[in-house]
Amino acid sequence: MLEEEVLALASQQADQAEVFSVSSTSIPVSYEGNRLKSVDTRESSGIALRIIKDGRIGFSSTTNTDDKEGLVARAVEMLPFGAKAHMEFPDAAEYTHVPTYDEGAAALQSASLVDIGGALIDKMHGDFPDVVWEGRVSQSVSTTRLLNSNGLVAEETSSSVGLGVEGTLVRDTYMLFVFGRSSSCKPDLDVDGVIEALTRKLRWAERVAAAPTGQVPVIFTPQAVAGLLLGPLMAGFNGRNIVQQSSPLIEKLGTRMLDPRITVWDDPTNPYVPGSRSFDDEGVPATRFPVVQEGVIANFFYDLQTAGQAGATTTGSAHRGLASLPGPGASVIIIEPGDTTFADMIAGHKNALVVESFLGAGQGNILGGDFSANVLLGYAVENGEVTGRVKDTMVAGNVYAILEALGALGSEPEWVGGSLQTPALCCNGVSVSSKG
Amino acid sequence: MRDLIESALKGLNADYVEIRIEERETTNIAFRGRELDEIGQSTGKGGNVRACVKGGWGFASFNSLDDLRAKAQQAVEQARMVGNERTELADASPVVAIVPPHIVSDPADVSLSEKHRILEEYLDLLWGGPEIQTSSLRYADGHRTMYYGNSQGTYTEQARIDVNFWASAVARNGGEVQQASISMGSLGDFGLVHRMHDTVAELPQKAVDFLKAPQVKGGEYTVILDPVLAGVFVHEAFGHLSEADHVYENPKLREVMVLGRRFGGEQLNIVDGASIPALRGSFQYDEEGVEAHRTDLIREGILVGRLHSRETAAKMGEDPSGNARAIGHQFPPIVRMTNTIIEPGDATLEDLLEGVKEGVYCRNWDGGMTSMEQFTFSAGESYMIRDGKIEGAVRPVMLSGNVFTTLENLDAVANDLDMNQGGGCGKGGQSPLPVSNGSPHIRLRNCLVGGR
Repeated sequence: MLEEEVLALASQQADQAEVFSVSSTSIPVSYEGNRLKSVDTRESSGIALRIIKDGRIGFSSTTNTDDKEGLVARAVEMLPFGAKAHMEFPDAAEYTHVPTYDEGAAALQSASLVDIGGALIDKMHGDFPDVVWEGRVSQSVSTTRLLNSNGLVAEETSSSVGLGVEGTLVRDTYMLFVFGRSSSCKPDLDVDGVIEALTRKLRWAERVAAAPTGQVPVIFTPQAVAGLLLGPLMAGFNGRNIVQQSSPLIEKLGTRMLDPRITVWDDPTNPYVPGSRSFDDEGVPATRFPVVQEGVIANFFYDLQTAGQAGATTTGSAHRGLASLPGPGASVIIIEPGDTTFADMIAGHKNALVVESFLGAGQGNILGGDFSANVLLGYAVENGEVTGRVKDTMVAGNVYAILEALGALGSEPEWVGGSLQTPALCCNGVSVSSKG
Repeated sequence: MRDLIESALKGLNADYVEIRIEERETTNIAFRGRELDEIGQSTGKGGNVRACVKGGWGFASFNSLDDLRAKAQQAVEQARMVGNERTELADASPVVAIVPPHIVSDPADVSLSEKHRILEEYLDLLWGGPEIQTSSLRYADGHRTMYYGNSQGTYTEQARIDVNFWASAVARNGGEVQQASISMGSLGDFGLVHRMHDTVAELPQKAVDFLKAPQVKGGEYTVILDPVLAGVFVHEAFGHLSEADHVYENPKLREVMVLGRRFGGEQLNIVDGASIPALRGSFQYDEEGVEAHRTDLIREGILVGRLHSRETAAKMGEDPSGNARAIGHQFPPIVRMTNTIIEPGDATLEDLLEGVKEGVYCRNWDGGMTSMEQFTFSAGESYMIRDGKIEGAVRPVMLSGNVFTTLENLDAVANDLDMNQGGGCGKGGQSPLPVSNGSPHIRLRNCLVGGR
């Protein structure tokens, strides 16, 4: 096979070599203006070569499978300038198989995807005729192969089915946007759950209410945890930022930084969850490990190179695209639930804000844990009840500070976008500002 | 390539078919901290077929060009599954053209060791000043050749060279982390990499200063934006709303976005166009083979035009504007901005500052997003304005507003137009697309500033 040929060629010119390849096919069907717009098929494949010689790393990649000599030559050309290697490629390992491939999902054809999407869009359009719906249902199958000169050969095929839908309501210059999504490795999308969530959002947004401002309790739905808090929180645990000493968590391993009710796992061994895998993108077995345990900083994410730099051990957290070197990151994040229902969170407050989705999250100083965003969809709570949607409102705060001063931890965990499971969080210390 | 594409296009049973094939070569160099993190070269090759039957679209993308004819037939079959209305595409006269890349200084003429050496100069600048915690320095160049043909007789070959440069300095004090960064790009000009020294040399001091700077109290302020950030503002606060694909299938939004609607004062003029030469969003033909335009979007405060693909133009009864773009062969073209500009007025920065009792002066950018109704964008640097004077630095702020009211609150436009050629635009999963935007200094009344 091509990968073996490239490995053999590269091994002659380097001390160590590693070949990573991905090939995938996907069928997305898309809806626009409440109706089917396009049926697509997308095939892509590519191969990346990483070599180590005299302690330096060379790298190249291509999607042109006729170009194996060029691929090797370009990686060799890079060597004199390459990054210093702080690692060696791993030996062959035994993997505990994590199932992420389902024949039923792989066999889905565009006609079935059109049926799923059509039924959802028709239902939502029927219930909310003023809302214009667009969406996308897709199926994909992807095979990753990893080979290295230490004899490691690893291959894994995953399937996934995904659904995303967006409704837009326009009344003159008033606009409302609602999103719903579901994904799985199996053809078991939670369409009813998506309908239920969209319906709740539209009902709660029927009226406009004034936003409470200042330091008010802010309830983050699972979608909001994913949209605003997860990025800045995970940046602090990223081995790259630890090595660069730019994370506020350096030297905090073993220290209680967050509320003791908070426990966070990275669990890529969860069966049939998109993001799960048997081995990481360097061939290291994937394992479940705690990131935060009862508020204590428990582990950082490392790949081989950052682990070597930090004097730590890889956590099997390497992720890579085809055209770049691997880097460490979270795989499947699980935030353990607490004991407050979402309904009780709302009922328990005289004045609070519920936030669902944001605009502009991820800008600003996320390395320090800061967040700041416009509330795309959020609701005011008065005397224990949702009174309507807020407009022209911004939230800002620091993720470490608000998780240290956690108000309540939700009891109903939900999957968000496939690779995060979290309950709702009620946080103190978030600043809310709003226009007049 | 022309024979390959034209023979695959012949005799297909569809209203419209197009084939695009691309080749690309890219070089990346990245330093994280003082250490080289990544240096690599990538090549890519691939293509796609897009077909329309009775108003429904089929799209097939691939890496291998084998059996192109079969792939074209597959896209037609997919389109047939969808279509049950009428195909409407605005007229575009067939063209045959071979367009060489715009080159000022070709990065391909500079050796890898020379690029590496130049970046090390910047590394010295980042680490030569006040003590910073870490830094990030990245360079990328890409050469992309696109071969395009459609069933209406158009065939184009176009090439473009993109150069990108990013630098940031990170300062830390205990748990507090602040960074100052710069992003710059060019169309076909490696020379930009020779011109960043002064800007990069300032970054470490800025990051250290941000750590000491107080945070603005959240609320409404009069805000003055420098040309770079005002460019991001026009892109986010208005540009995306002028993309017709957001509007054409939504009857209510079509009513709102009716040509002739007043958006701002008479001092406000906004244009977009790929035919404005030598900028990152410049090209000669878009990815439907339509010749690049320069489109007036707002003239003296009134909405007068919008950005179109052939389909959105036909469905709205307007002329195509050459704004169908795709970031690569894996994606179908969608309506995108190119070079978006607020045209200069007569005022000076001093005029804008005059009479501002308390406000915020914002420079450079860190990011931006829009929902059509609301937008946000982040400043790279911010300073308080008190009694008409720019005073000490505050933590960089995020600004937010309503698209429809904020342009009304844009009450002064200066005369110092400058372009922002950094970053890239994301839409519909396609990011980053090279665009540019520009503006003179502008003043916004009652702008919402996020903060503690």
